[in-house]
Amino acid sequence: MTKTIAEKILSEHSGTDAYAGDIIVADIDAALVQDGTGPLAVQQLQKLGMEKAAKPERTVLFIDHAAPSPRKELSNAHKILRDFAARTGAILSDVNEGVCHQRMVEDYMNPGEVLIGADSHTCTAGALGAFATGMGSTDVAIGIASGKTWLRVPETFKVYVTGEFKKGVYPKDFILHFIGMIGADGATYKALEFCGPAIDALAMSDRFTLANMAVEAGAKAGLFASDETTRAYLEERGRGDKWRPISADEDASYEQIFKVDVSELEPTVSCPHTVDNTKTVGEVAGTKIDQVLVGTCTNGRIEDLRIVAKMLEGRTRNPNTRLLVCPASRDVYLKAIEEGLIAKLIAAGAAIINPGCAACVGVHAGILGDGEACLATQNRNFQGRMGNPEGFIYLGSPAVAAATAIEGAIADPRKYL
Amino acid sequence: MQIKGKAFKFGDSISTDHIAPGRLFHLRTNLPELAKHVLEDADPEFAQKVRPGDFVVAGKNFGLGSSREHAPTIIKIAGVGAVLAQSFARIFYRNAINVGLPVLICDTTQIDQDDELEVDVGKGEVKNLTKGITIAAKPLPDVMIKILNDGGLLEHFRKHGGFALDAY
Repeated sequence: MTKTIAEKILSEHSGTDAYAGDIIVADIDAALVQDGTGPLAVQQLQKLGMEKAAKPERTVLFIDHAAPSPRKELSNAHKILRDFAARTGAILSDVNEGVCHQRMVEDYMNPGEVLIGADSHTCTAGALGAFATGMGSTDVAIGIASGKTWLRVPETFKVYVTGEFKKGVYPKDFILHFIGMIGADGATYKALEFCGPAIDALAMSDRFTLANMAVEAGAKAGLFASDETTRAYLEERGRGDKWRPISADEDASYEQIFKVDVSELEPTVSCPHTVDNTKTVGEVAGTKIDQVLVGTCTNGRIEDLRIVAKMLEGRTRNPNTRLLVCPASRDVYLKAIEEGLIAKLIAAGAAIINPGCAACVGVHAGILGDGEACLATQNRNFQGRMGNPEGFIYLGSPAVAAATAIEGAIADPRKYL
Repeated sequence: MQIKGKAFKFGDSISTDHIAPGRLFHLRTNLPELAKHVLEDADPEFAQKVRPGDFVVAGKNFGLGSSREHAPTIIKIAGVGAVLAQSFARIFYRNAINVGLPVLICDTTQIDQDDELEVDVGKGEVKNLTKGITIAAKPLPDVMIKILNDGGLLEHFRKHGGFALDAY
């Protein structure tokens, strides 16, 4: 019988001929926790008397959500992760190294592998053709110690994408539009498989953005075939030998097939307080914005910073709008410095935040005031997400963010391109 | 497992940020303290009003968002007997079972604030004593019943020395 990408990877990892609906116990290749979920994972292993890592070289503990620590409770939580790494040999990704999902794809994940992570956006690595999914602390703790997890093989929705993006419209606009179309629970439990000519043409950076947001439609994984673009990315990261092709069989069984032509898409914005509350930029243009955040695991890569720096060159942010820029990792940050992007951004009035999750998780580095609105390149906009339930969060592409920073209100990026 | 208590009604799309918000990130290593704020951003008085055995009753996609297991854990610490919703987000659902918090999918439009409920988790039956009706819940998958009956994933793993998902 023929298989989807999820069925192929999970068959290989369970030693079974697995299809959607099957319950399997899978060998996992890598696991991650972060400073919000990792301390609980460590405490669970201590309770179980199993404080170890089955694969320490593929177990990565990230200090990224509150890094550097803004308060003593979090400093102590960080110590739990540092101590666990020291005792077990697991890898510690400390302050300033970057957001877990960006770091996992930069240095750790390969096509055909299985990753479980105690962070919902673990699905980002699906862009490399890996089965990557978010779980809670206890699931991941047991995965770390035993090297295994249980999974129900998900049904797959095929998302077949055609057409060419108009100038000023980006894959981020497509994924926001798609989630608006199917709803924040439209793919609950399912795997999304992105394919078609418009997907084949995407750079890895954009594939990461799409895979990252699969969970915002409720999906368990956001999967891409591993192709020549994947190979080139792995070669660039020094892991060319880890490349392997992976794709779904042509007549694999899909629960649903969505066809989207991106040619007619407009810049798209998710409005408060759900990701599926989408509008075209024209519908919300002029909405006053107090803070713009460019960064995060969704859109904090070098390609994103290039767009923003270019649009802001020779311009400055609106004096009533704060502009925060946070490179997703140290490598992105260094490259942005080498390319002169950081200087341009600072000249335009940006505050540069060290690599990490920045204000996206509402712990530090840009918490909103009562009634304030933020336009962010991040992946979710729930009430309270950025540290204040009285705040309002809009989501958009880096280009929409740059245009918004210039005008101090939500703006169409096309006039600045 | 039979539980009796009062319904606390919530709407659709209650996220993990409503349940355990990021601004209280620093309390994640102090769960009893975090539990005093459970669901605070959806109902500021909920944590004070809820009594052991009471129910969180919600609409669609309860628990969407973050993987934070602290969310179902503090609902349990607050004494909630079960969460009833029309649908759940995937990670929350799995986390709830892992921490031993019963979650049932059922037609919650037939339940109002303060209704007295009696819930049989094993049977998947919700009796609305106030309205005199019985609502059928979607049965939990066998794997999850097994983990829940063992007292959560940690206890399951301890008891069986590994995953034992098809041994029943």
